[in-house]
Amino acid sequence: MDQESKPKPAGSNAARRQFLADTARMACGVGLLGLGLGFYARQATALPPVALRPPGALPEAEFSAACIRCGMCVRDCPFNMLHLAKAGEPMSIGTPYFIARQAPCEMCEDIPCLKACPTGALDHSLTDIAKAKMGLAVLVDQEICLNFLGLRCDICYRVCPLLDKAITLAPQPNPRTGTHTLFIPVVHSNHCTGCGLCEKACPTEIAAIKVFPLYMAKGQLSAHYRLGWVEKEKAGGSLVTPDIQHQYHLPEGLRYEYAPGKGLSTVPQGEVPPAPAAPVIPKAIQGNKL
Amino acid sequence: MNATPLRPGAAVIAERGWFAAHKWLILRRASQIGILLLFLVGPWFSLWIVKGNLNYSYTLDILPLTDPYLLLQMLAAGHTPEKLAWIGVAIVVIFYFLLGGRTYCSWVCPVNPVSDGANWLRTRLGLKGGAHLSRSTRYWILAMTLIVAAITGTIAWEMVNPVAMTHRGLIYGMGFAWVVLLAIFLFDLLVMRQGWCGHLCPVGAFYSLIGKLAVLRVRLPARDACDDCLDCFAVCPEQQVIRPALKAINGTPPVILEANCTNCGRCIDVCAKSVFVFGSRFGGKMSEPVPSSK
Repeated sequence: MDQESKPKPAGSNAARRQFLADTARMACGVGLLGLGLGFYARQATALPPVALRPPGALPEAEFSAACIRCGMCVRDCPFNMLHLAKAGEPMSIGTPYFIARQAPCEMCEDIPCLKACPTGALDHSLTDIAKAKMGLAVLVDQEICLNFLGLRCDICYRVCPLLDKAITLAPQPNPRTGTHTLFIPVVHSNHCTGCGLCEKACPTEIAAIKVFPLYMAKGQLSAHYRLGWVEKEKAGGSLVTPDIQHQYHLPEGLRYEYAPGKGLSTVPQGEVPPAPAAPVIPKAIQGNKL
Repeated sequence: MNATPLRPGAAVIAERGWFAAHKWLILRRASQIGILLLFLVGPWFSLWIVKGNLNYSYTLDILPLTDPYLLLQMLAAGHTPEKLAWIGVAIVVIFYFLLGGRTYCSWVCPVNPVSDGANWLRTRLGLKGGAHLSRSTRYWILAMTLIVAAITGTIAWEMVNPVAMTHRGLIYGMGFAWVVLLAIFLFDLLVMRQGWCGHLCPVGAFYSLIGKLAVLRVRLPARDACDDCLDCFAVCPEQQVIRPALKAINGTPPVILEANCTNCGRCIDVCAKSVFVFGSRFGGKMSEPVPSSK
């Protein structure tokens, strides 16, 4: 196979044939290697769900082109919670990650890990750590979450660095006791940075709230979906059929009120039931706006 | 004074002592270990001189160094890095452009001792022959890694690169990288002499291209004194580079101009006739030949 060491075949034609054969052999052999490498590379870029990237990390596909695997982010993290994937670990070797349950991101205001990145795999345009999207907390196990069980654990809510923004507590009746309130932790994706402090702090044996990479945790509405109440607010009035009050033929002495929480009620004695309001044409379709 | 085929350099050892016969080897090991220690005193003793690894490092918070091959793969994969990485690449390219690209292989690369070890044992055991492969294979692999990077949009080679894997492993945790090193050792020992570093490694291939016109080269001012003992060939990791300069093939001047000479200096160490010295490709010497007793 060594071209140099072989005596040159007589005649330029034979030499050319030899050259082409050697070239083809090499191209095929190395091409096969490349094929294997390519498939491996595509596979190895899949990130396991427990592994989170440092703040500002580009989306995974771009990240695997951009990360130089130097570990500068690991070095400059003052809390030492970042690791580089070792050979044999089920992710792209040498890339940085953290496991929230072991050591979450403490959300330094100056984001030193990101500043240390020489390639922009951690995007330098992120300057406010509260805007980081390392992942999204999900209350995965509602069966064991202590707040779901009716206790006032609230730990995830309390440790959240974006208190009352990323996690809020939604009161709900406790159907078990009938008299108490459940304070249900609700994660808000527009504020949650995926730092993992909630997962780390969750007191259950295995965390009931976990941070997942965004691609796993976040759903998305279909592009054509519109939320009627949002659109209504934007337009300053209903966009669909005019809100014409329905006329009921009610038994005497009863009335119907449209306000939330109202409905059918008895007209107090001596009071004249109000006449139904005249139909209102919504602002949005007044004139030729639509 | 008879050099047995199993002990290249025996003549020099007998004549000038073991240390003189291993001068450049010792310096090289010191360089390899020293560079590694610079990276390790940080995590070991919180003495932060150099952060990062051979892919990219930052020395004393002022000097960035970037592996140009990696940066090229990154560009092929479709990402443009930040300023520091570019500065680092410029410094590294200029450095190796002057000092010989493959000087990286023999003075810095952590895989080199493994490959050297395999070759040493191979010589001591008298293992001959083995699989044969063109030394140009590495350039094909080099091209292939860039193409794969472009197609997959990932720095694919980094996922298997034993050089980076070893260095990063030593600093940040080895994982299964030992297996890769063992594989290289056994491959070099049993399958092919200098199989990895001399035939396959695209990192070395890339550095050889940077150092094609390097100033620092091995010169042979006393090539007429050569007595054909073949000790230099026995120790040379890139044997093909010696002959043109030593035997003045096609009027080659007495300097090793082949880009794949790693400037390891072993030929200087083992030559009883003091044929070799470090010098510049334009003439002149940077190290004096040890005067021969004859």
